[in-house]
Amino acid sequence: MNHFPGFVDFYTFYELSLKIFQYFGFGDNAQWMSYLTAGVIISFIVINVMILSTAFYTWFERRVLGRFQVRRGPNRNGPFGIFQPFADVLKLIMKEDTIPSEADRPVFTLAPIALVAPTLLIMTVIPMGENSFLGSLNIGILFIVGVTSVNSIAIFMAGWGSRNKYAILGSMRGAAMLISYEIPMALGITSVLLMSGSLAMTQIANSQDIWFIVVMPLGFFVFMAAATAEISRTPFDQIEAESELGSGYNTEFSGIKFAILFLAEFMAPIVTAAVVATLFLGGTKGFDPIPGQIWFALKMFVVIFVLLWFRATWPRLRVDQIMGFAWKGLFGLGIFNIFIVAIEIMIFKTEDGTIGTSNMLIMSGINWIIAIVTLLGLMRIYGHKKLERPTPVPSPLANMGLEVD
Amino acid sequence: MILGEGTEGALITELVFWVIALSTVVSAIAVVQIRDLFRASLFLIVTLLGVAGLFILLRAEFLAGVQLMVYVGAISVLIIFAILMTRDLEEGSTSHSFRIPVALVSLILMGVSIYAISNTEWNIIGSETLNPDQMNQAAHVFTNGIPTLAKLLLRDFVLAFEVVSVLLLAAVLGSLALVRGR
Repeated sequence: MNHFPGFVDFYTFYELSLKIFQYFGFGDNAQWMSYLTAGVIISFIVINVMILSTAFYTWFERRVLGRFQVRRGPNRNGPFGIFQPFADVLKLIMKEDTIPSEADRPVFTLAPIALVAPTLLIMTVIPMGENSFLGSLNIGILFIVGVTSVNSIAIFMAGWGSRNKYAILGSMRGAAMLISYEIPMALGITSVLLMSGSLAMTQIANSQDIWFIVVMPLGFFVFMAAATAEISRTPFDQIEAESELGSGYNTEFSGIKFAILFLAEFMAPIVTAAVVATLFLGGTKGFDPIPGQIWFALKMFVVIFVLLWFRATWPRLRVDQIMGFAWKGLFGLGIFNIFIVAIEIMIFKTEDGTIGTSNMLIMSGINWIIAIVTLLGLMRIYGHKKLERPTPVPSPLANMGLEVD
Repeated sequence: MILGEGTEGALITELVFWVIALSTVVSAIAVVQIRDLFRASLFLIVTLLGVAGLFILLRAEFLAGVQLMVYVGAISVLIIFAILMTRDLEEGSTSHSFRIPVALVSLILMGVSIYAISNTEWNIIGSETLNPDQMNQAAHVFTNGIPTLAKLLLRDFVLAFEVVSVLLLAAVLGSLALVRGR
């Protein structure tokens, strides 16, 4: 695969500014100054690229949701309504920024920032070219799992800070859900780590001669379901169940704080798509005339569309159903998948510790059969009982009118 | 390219160390001094994050990741849950008669640990004292830290590892049995 030459990462800017500072004769100070400069430039790039792509993503999401619901979606501002997000942001900035009088002011103010920062941090370790923005981090995927877990605290801060019972209810539900779904997500990631033998994102992407979605569909299923829950989108949006909780944890927020909360919420699918593309869809791998970055963007787009599809077609789950799905369904499936993959690696491993392409194909054949059988079996066990309708009991009031006559 | 490899780059490492260390210590003091329990728990999270940053400065990236995942992600949320169940959340704990003895004991503890740290002969690997062969070995350990750690945990010290996990399981079961009642 080929890449556009010279993907921007931290060290590109570091060396560039080192040269510049040394040219101007800073001597000994040049090194730490260029570290700072490179850090600032990289942060600026990541933040702005993510905010812009989130803006266009909100437009895309609303258009596609409109199509799913047989209506048009935003179509007034600019061609196809593409300037709608800018109008939205302008409106939100101009709104009054209210803080409830009982609110815990610093906590309330910091909550949106605490929610958006982890999402941005994840983006810095994703290898979108030959490298990620921060160069290659040794513990890439562990960093992602760790940083994701800060989310639940931010949601707690938003809910508790606003002193609103709906907000607290939403954030309690959210924290319970996020902690539960972190476990199946980690289990899905573990099976990827078993195959790739490394925690670094670049190495994980490079070890996928055959995409891991083909090799272990069960792991992909577990990870994808858990990731959808982690970003709390519609089948799992207990955090802000509009029909039950007002708007959940963001009930009291308005103005720019609300804008930042929504920025974090709509940035999450993009980041998730990037993680899924790296872990299961082979990262920048593709065939040759098209450069790797374009492949990566295409894969991200497909995953984003699938996430949108989930959102548009599935109704919201109940609280107990969500927890049951995590602990009774995904948890067991994840552990089962790890066992299968580990046993297969023991069998198929060659002397130099790698698994050849042909062996990977055999593995994927076995795994697909196992996945289909397991999922069908589980659906038979769990599904039918839930779907059976109870025999209707006539209400004692049903014949009231007749008795009077 | 390693942070703080040469003499000039060490300055930024020092800067980052002081920023992280100061914020860790200040927030640790805030944890015990602030009345509002919820804010105190948030400061505890800042302290844990600072410790993770110190781990990264020590080139222990895996430990930093685990610190983020376990302490910041799971344990602090449990602490917040527990705090939300207490009454008089904004008053905090009332003052008690043990203030002065507790302060004395913790001061003595601090002095002992500072003495121990400064008087221990740390086995520091300096780049000038090593021959190239040893340098390669050290670089190998740093880049392959996680496989080495896994080998140690799951092969050489597997018994201790398993005993710890059984202990944790026993703790979970015990707390369940205590809560369950009759």
